This record gives sequence, structure tokens and C-alpha cells, in this order.
Amino acid sequence: MVFYIARRLFWTLIVVAAVIAITFLVFYVLPAGDPALRFAGKNPNPTELELIRHRLGLDRAWYVQFAKFIKTFFVGDQYGWPGLGYTFSGQTSVLHLILQRAPRTLLLIAGAAVIWVTSGVSIGVISAVKRRSLVDRGAMGFALFGISAPVFWLGLMGLYIFWRQLGWSGGTGYVSPTHSVTGFLSHMWLPWVALAMLYAAFYARMTRNNLLETLGEDYIRTARAKGLSERRVIFKHGLRASLTPIVTMFGLDIALLVGGAVITESVFNLQGLGYLAINGALTQDLPTVLGVVLLAAVCVALANLAVDIVYAFLDPRVRYA
Amino acid sequence: MSATSGEKLLDVRGLTVRFPTSDGVVQAVSDVSYSLSRGETLGVVGESGSGKSVSNLAVMGLLNRQRTAISGEVDFLGRNLLTLPAAELRKIRGKDIAMVFQDPFACLHPMYRVGWQIAEAVLAHADVGKAKAWERAVELLDHVGIPNAKSRARDYPHQFSGGMRQRAMIAMALVHNPAILICDEPTTALDVTVQAQIIELIEEVKREFNIGVVLVTHDLGVIAETANSVMVMYAGRIMEYGPAKQIFEHPQHPYTWGLLDSMPSVERRLAALVPIEGSPPSLLAPPNGCPFHPRCRYRFEPCPVERPPLDAPVPEAHLDACHLSWEEKVKHGAERSITRLGDAA
Repeated sequence: MVFYIARRLFWTLIVVAAVIAITFLVFYVLPAGDPALRFAGKNPNPTELELIRHRLGLDRAWYVQFAKFIKTFFVGDQYGWPGLGYTFSGQTSVLHLILQRAPRTLLLIAGAAVIWVTSGVSIGVISAVKRRSLVDRGAMGFALFGISAPVFWLGLMGLYIFWRQLGWSGGTGYVSPTHSVTGFLSHMWLPWVALAMLYAAFYARMTRNNLLETLGEDYIRTARAKGLSERRVIFKHGLRASLTPIVTMFGLDIALLVGGAVITESVFNLQGLGYLAINGALTQDLPTVLGVVLLAAVCVALANLAVDIVYAFLDPRVRYA
Repeated sequence: MSATSGEKLLDVRGLTVRFPTSDGVVQAVSDVSYSLSRGETLGVVGESGSGKSVSNLAVMGLLNRQRTAISGEVDFLGRNLLTLPAAELRKIRGKDIAMVFQDPFACLHPMYRVGWQIAEAVLAHADVGKAKAWERAVELLDHVGIPNAKSRARDYPHQFSGGMRQRAMIAMALVHNPAILICDEPTTALDVTVQAQIIELIEEVKREFNIGVVLVTHDLGVIAETANSVMVMYAGRIMEYGPAKQIFEHPQHPYTWGLLDSMPSVERRLAALVPIEGSPPSLLAPPNGCPFHPRCRYRFEPCPVERPPLDAPVPEAHLDACHLSWEEKVKHGAERSITRLGDAA
């Protein structure tokens, strides 16, 4: 097991390095303009441009910059470890920026995850148990709605109804929980629900289908033949087997959202990591983009590893060597 | 629990099971009646889809009551299991009536330890501590012949061989010393060498606990060795039902003849095996008259029109459902008579 984890960690490093390299390549192969032009002010002369390029390190070949980036990462910079360099635009520390933005995104994901797991799994279980009933059809109708409705539309409708009309929400923007807990909650509940909707719908359908499939297994019949209560049959025997694939999915979904909750973040103006990445991409601020991409890639890779390890504990048939 | 041999445990009368589907009603079991006494092994034979398993699931109350139409009576020690509330039935299931299923690979939960699953069966009907239940699980595993039961109880099912899993299933069934053990094709999924061991174990258990055993199988050899009475089923109906000795010495129904002709034995060469032509009918639309008539070599005028009732053609004979005259049944039956099968097998 230890050897397995070490090997996986090694491959995680390779994958993350590859992601960074690809980001570099994209930045250089598909330039949306010269970053230096952006910071040179109006009507810059060639000498100034050359100077800016030199200062940003843009006059070096991409692989030299890549090597420098990797080196800074491991050695660290004046803002500590891991060194992520400075933004092109403000010459501020990328690490600092990320640390400042990360809580917003992480709290958004955490709140939404709690909502979608609890509601998704319980709706799925009820649907499966009351199969073909009105409850089931209602729940699956909701699931279809949740899967089809785009987040930006849900978010805007939510804001219109619950903020403008009913005043139940604090509206857009972010309030730090250290500043005001009630303010934080009143601003966050709507983005939580909006982001959770899609996943809740998806998890409900997954849970329902997995559980229905499991309940058809022979070992469920054995459980019933033992004289166990229907509750125990479903929760202890049925859910145990149905939830393992959902645990896998959960790990990856969480990790993907670290860099991927952009739409929710922009609809609700939360300015988290997604906002940072998009902004960085639009202003050709390579270090910012790299910082977020690196964080997201590490999250996905580690989540993958975590899921595999957890899976081995959940399913005794899986053993890694 | 009183343990007088011969005490009538189970009395099934007119059991009928229908599954409504979008294609029509599946007539899975029709008007099946039989009984089981303490110390008796009832062999149930028939091809796949003959209603053997479904009738047992109905007795156990393991069919979804909402999606199945079940009628008739299943009398277990004076109580009708078919009308018993689900909660009451649950108290009997796994305690007084236990079941061993066909595929031990699929019947144990893959994510729980074997011992845990047996201990759970203990806890389902007994108010004892977990440690006590685990002890009982280990004791039973040891009893059914699992070596190193104490450590093997901590194994997961995938660490067990097929035969060991079936032994574990039997251990699980024995947890509360049931009155009836229903074994639904317990050896079909196992290696030939293991099959005999499992059958032997079931017989041992029957003698030791003095219980009634329903043994569903399509292996006539197993039936001939162990059963006291035999029920031959076809298309959800009983074709022939009587004491095992009589069925094998004087089979009365053409379907039973067909089964015997198609069964290999030591003295019969493969070339002499005669298969039953055709295949079992669809239970959505079973044939009129005798359900076996389209495949029967002896059919005559009444067969496609009128369904023969299940009764004894002469007082000394056992029950069959066939229009043939008693003389003909005796004549053709004698050609198949298997008296030495027990010795041969």
C-alpha cells in the first residue's frame, strides 16, 4: 500500500508538470496579444517594450521560463513556499492572491457539496424505495430540471426572486465569515443552492439507479431471507454497495470545482479562484493563470489518489499492490 | 421446539403466482399443492422456468406483494403465511424457515465479512450481544466444515471458494435451528466434486436437527439419493407427485419419463440419452389442455383440449396429471423404471 501510494504520488508530479507545460505552450502558441503591450502604456517605444519584456522574463524561450517557474516553485520566493512568482499586472505575489481568493471558492464548494450530497442521496434513496410512485416521478422530474437548467440562469432567477423580490438573500458579493457570520450566510446560501442544484440532480439519479440495481442483487434477497427489516436491508445492505461509486464521483467533482466554479462565482460576484483564472487569462497574466491551474491540477490529482485509497477501504475486493 | 418426526410443518394448497407485466400476465405457478413433514426431504424437479423457485420464494414471502398476485394457502404450523402481515412474516423468515440459494457467489454481500453476515442473521431474531452473535457465527462455520472457522469468519466472501460460500450460506440458514430449510438448486453453481459434499451436508443437517427440507434441483440423481418424496413440475404446474421410491420405480407421467430418459447414469451410455424435444412453453400464454402436450410423444385427442387433473389413476398409485390410461402408464413407466439408481449414483 505504501509503495502504491508513493508510486501514485510520483505520477501525480508528472501529471502536474505536464499540465503546467501545456499551459505554457498554450500561452505561447496561441497568443492573444503581447502582454508587454498591455503594461507599457499608450504609444510605447520599442526600447520600453523591450525593457518590460525583459523585466517580465518574456524575452526568454518558453522552456527557460518553464524551468524558472519550476525552480521558483520548489525553492520558493520572498513570499514563502511554494513560490508562484508575481503577477504581470500588479507585480503582487500570486501565492498571496491565491491564498486570499481560495477561501471564497473553497467555502462555496464546501457549502454546495453538503447540500448536494445530503439532498441528492436522500432524494435518490426515496425515489428508489418508492419506485414508480408519485414521489419518484416528482423527484426525477426535479432531477431533469436540475440537470437541464444552466447555473447562470438558475443564479440569475434566484437573485431576482430571492434578492430583488423577496429580500431573503444578501445579494451578490462576498462577506467574510470572520467579518459577519450572518452576512456570510445570507450572501452564500443562494450560490450554494444554485451550484448544488446540478450536482444534487445528478447524484439523485445516480443514487436511485445504483440502489435499484443493487436491490435486484441476490445478496439483497439473502438479507431479506434472514428476516432483516426492510430499513436495514436498504440502508445497511443496499446503500453500502450503491454508494461506493458515488464516493468516487464526489472526490473528483469537488476537485474539479476548485478551478471550475467560474460561472457561479461570476453570477454572484464572489471573485474566487475561477474569477482569478479567467481574469488572468483575459489579461494574458501568465503567472496568475499558472498559479490557479497548478492548484487545480494538484487538487484533481490528489483527489484521484484519495478516491482510489478510500475505495480500497470501502470495497474489500479492491486491493492495491 | 418439539421435534417429533413426521409432524406436518408445511401445507401448501392451491398456490398460484401471477406476475402482471406489460406483455401480459406471467402464469408462473398454477394451483400447486404439497406438504412437508419433519424429517422429510421433498425433491422438486423440473426444467428452468417450471415455477420451482418462484413457488419457494412465494412461501418465503420474498416476492414483492405489490407486483405479484399470489393466491392459495401456505399453512405453516397453523398460520397462513400468505395472509400474514409483512412484519409477522419477517419474524418467521430466517428463523423458522430458512433458505439456501442457487448461486453462492452472488448471495453473500461482497463488502461484509462472512462472519459478520452470519452474526447479523443471529441478531435479526435474537436479543444477544454482538460478541455472542459472532461466537455463534464462528461455531456454525466450524459446524458446516469450514477449517479455521475462527479466522476464516473474518474473511470476505471473495476469499472463500464456491463450496465454502455455500457452506457459509447453510451456516447462515441454521442460525436459529429452523424447522424448514428450503434449498433452491444449492449445487447448480458448484464444481461436481463439491456438489456431493454440499448435498451430504444438507442431509446431515436434516438428520441432526430433524427438520424438513425442500430440495429444488434439476439433478434427478441428487433427488434419487436424498428425497423422500418428489414433485415434478412443468410450466408452473405439478405433473407428478408422490413418494420418491414410487416415482423412480413406477413413473406415471410422460414428462417424468422424458426426464429419466435424458438423465445420464453409470450404466447408460451417452448415446442412449434421449432429450425431450422442443422447449418449455411461454408462461405468458401456456398451451391449452395439458401444458406438456406439444412436446409429448404419447399425446392423443383430449390432450390439447382438456387439462388433465392431478389425481391418482388407481388407489395404489401416486398423483399425476395425464390423460393416458393406467395400463399405458404402467407399461411405459416400467420401461424407465430405475430401481438401482441409488446404488449406481
